[in-house]
Amino acid sequence: MDRRTFLAGALAAPAIAKQAAAQAPSRAETLLLVQEYGPNSMDMQGLGSSQPVNGVALNCYDRLVRFKTLPLPGGIGKTFDLQQLEPELAESWQESSDNTSVTFKLRDATHHSGRPVTARDVKWSLDRAVSIGGFATTQMAAGSMEKPEQFVALDDKTFRIDYARRDKLLMPNLGVTIPFVFDSETAKANAGADPWAKEWLKNNVAGSGAFKIESWKPGTETIYVRNEAWTQGTKPSLRRIITRDVPSPSTRRALLERGDADVSFGLPPKDFKELADAGKVQVVGVPVPNGIWYVAMNAATGPFSDVRLRQAIAWAIPYDKLMQVALYGRGVPMWGATSGPIVAWPQPFPYDTNLEKARALVQAAAPGGFTTSVLFDAGQSTIAEPMAVLLKESLAPLGITLELNKVPGANFRGELNKKTSPMVINRFAGWLDWPDYYFFWNYHGNNSIFNVASYQNPAMDKQIDAARFASDPVVYAAAVKGFVGLGETDVPFVPVAQPLHDVAMQKTVGGYQFWPCREPDFRAFTKA
Amino acid sequence: MGSLIISRLGTAIPSLIGVIVVTFLLTRVLPGDPATYFAGPVATKEAIAVIQHELGLDQPLIVQFGRYVTDLAHGNFGMSLTTGQPVLREIANRLPASAELTLLSLLLAVMVAVPLGVLAALRQGSWIDHLCRIVTTAGVSLPVFFTGLLAVYVFYFVLGWAPAPLGRLDSFLTDPPRLTGFFLIDSAVAGQGDVFRAALAQIVMPAATLAVFALAPLARITRASMLATLASEFVRTARANGLTGRTVIVTYAFRNAVLPVLTTLGMVFSFLLGANVLVEKVFAWPGIGSYAVEALIASDFAPVQGFVLTMAILYIALNLTIDVLYGLVDPRMRAA
Repeated sequence: MDRRTFLAGALAAPAIAKQAAAQAPSRAETLLLVQEYGPNSMDMQGLGSSQPVNGVALNCYDRLVRFKTLPLPGGIGKTFDLQQLEPELAESWQESSDNTSVTFKLRDATHHSGRPVTARDVKWSLDRAVSIGGFATTQMAAGSMEKPEQFVALDDKTFRIDYARRDKLLMPNLGVTIPFVFDSETAKANAGADPWAKEWLKNNVAGSGAFKIESWKPGTETIYVRNEAWTQGTKPSLRRIITRDVPSPSTRRALLERGDADVSFGLPPKDFKELADAGKVQVVGVPVPNGIWYVAMNAATGPFSDVRLRQAIAWAIPYDKLMQVALYGRGVPMWGATSGPIVAWPQPFPYDTNLEKARALVQAAAPGGFTTSVLFDAGQSTIAEPMAVLLKESLAPLGITLELNKVPGANFRGELNKKTSPMVINRFAGWLDWPDYYFFWNYHGNNSIFNVASYQNPAMDKQIDAARFASDPVVYAAAVKGFVGLGETDVPFVPVAQPLHDVAMQKTVGGYQFWPCREPDFRAFTKA
Repeated sequence: MGSLIISRLGTAIPSLIGVIVVTFLLTRVLPGDPATYFAGPVATKEAIAVIQHELGLDQPLIVQFGRYVTDLAHGNFGMSLTTGQPVLREIANRLPASAELTLLSLLLAVMVAVPLGVLAALRQGSWIDHLCRIVTTAGVSLPVFFTGLLAVYVFYFVLGWAPAPLGRLDSFLTDPPRLTGFFLIDSAVAGQGDVFRAALAQIVMPAATLAVFALAPLARITRASMLATLASEFVRTARANGLTGRTVIVTYAFRNAVLPVLTTLGMVFSFLLGANVLVEKVFAWPGIGSYAVEALIASDFAPVQGFVLTMAILYIALNLTIDVLYGLVDPRMRAA
């Protein structure tokens, strides 16, 4: 080495070192999130995708539209308004004058591969969602998007959806984590013989979203890095997100309290309450829209086919105890309404704990008492089990012997599908926050898996169907009040509480954003 | 020696076939329908039927079994539905994590248990004998998740000596280049000092937790078998012939006492490998036990079958190793 190259090298070295430091995101630009379990796929449209896959769809892919954000009461974080949409991949949209279609203009955006996002990508992605079967197809159908023929790519930047019927849920349903837009050319190039590239997209991301996947070790860790070319919204302030799967809730809590983890998703209500009380970290609890913890009773078979016994249970539930002991107060009460139904869901029912009324109803319907059982999911047992035990305790003096039937996740769905359980403790949350949407899944005579009570009542169906497609607000309000009122008198489901979706994070972490899918939005997080 | 290995392998084949048949049948007999689980919450009956068909679950059992065996013969353990990955790859990724943890904890346990057992036998009734008794009783009676959580609370949460219980490596470090899958060995080979130190720091607490558990049977069996050999006639003869205490204890007594210890060691090892689920959960260790349990809860057949089969093969290999070690320790076994 001669003197000149040595000097050049010595002068250049600090510059290179600086550059390297700039490329490797520092801890301040990295967020460490711990959760119970991570995604089992990269493709939310695919079969059997777990809840955290919604997060991949949210952060690594874009949709045509997204919901407007609203500040949460209390000042920490934001929620959304389902009725107000804003552009994501679409620049603007216009409903046709005859109300039979909606046309979108796409903005200039590029996929991670560098290819421009075109209307053909949108069509391929939505075609895929309605054709692939399983959850994706069901969710699309909830907004009356049923067939590929409804989706038309007019040119590179113009895309049209033809209505099967005019449905108020169509536009909001474009903002959830199913109709996201793939890089269709890249997907098809890697698909092999499969027209929907299911296998490849399960393990790879091909989209235009704000984050890319740096590494994914199923069951251990997923690392996201910021897509520097993303212009479909405010550029994320964090460059790298590490999500670690930590199954033990105690360990997750210790990590957060020691300050090693920035955000913890999914702690039991007890831990959240204690963390909130201790005040060392921030706890944000958002009432899950359209979500309820309920006690369902089988209206088709068994003792609870008698409406008097269902009402007896509604009067016998120790609501306050359930809230304090099982939910540690992390919920919105759903009992003790003093006036009639309103146009909202969830809303409190007019029941309260009143053992005299309960006893009178049991005496009238089943004077000798009876033995029955309550089913709940072992995966939710931290909340459902104490609920069941408290219920058993308070039913015993009425002559009702309640047996607990705790069943692991795989069997729980199967048991629900059989529709033979006399009583079930469970929770339901609908992504699209409309009362008629909730009632359609849970109370309608089409008897979906969520109609756990197997409740069938033509009068109820009539009201639900009237509300779903009502364009007149007065008609809609009357129908909603009608079906909520029927739900209150017939009580196939007794609502107990609207659960809170709780997230705990360091005080340095800001920008928490709540979406219908409930997964964390890395685009919004900040770290001081 | 060679013929011993071959004859042992010969007897292993029927047990392997048995394991394959039994795990297949067991996973089918268990309640729970994977199709319902994976169809998602809003599935219709038709959607479930489609998934059943895709998974081949609508075929008769014998056809399903035939397909399973054919796949196995091609080295295909099937796909996990919960993680979406091929079972063989997952097991290959997770087995080293479990094996590294188990081996290290066993090493720790042996280092403590054997001297403790030997000393307790030599000084019966002394304080060291009582210590041995306390340690073994505590080891057996404290459940591992309790000792694990206690260790996390004391050494991580309160004292801050241990690193965050976040699996095998700190989140901000990358895995060492894969050679054996054992992070300690791989990072040492690659000369990555920081990764080695981080991996060691991560593994100490879970390994110690497991070691406390493994310690008890080892210490007890060492003590008992040492007592038996010390009381035997050849030791008395050796003493009578004026051999030094050291020669008597190490060469004559300990070598003879070590046989039952070896057997126990093999059992404890295979037991720990599959049964450290709770430690894996507490320390977020990406091991094979938690993988199998999660698959079982989701009625995910392929990983459960793959896990049991892997464990059976390991168990057979382990027994073979123990048999060979026996031969090295005890000349009579070589003749037999």
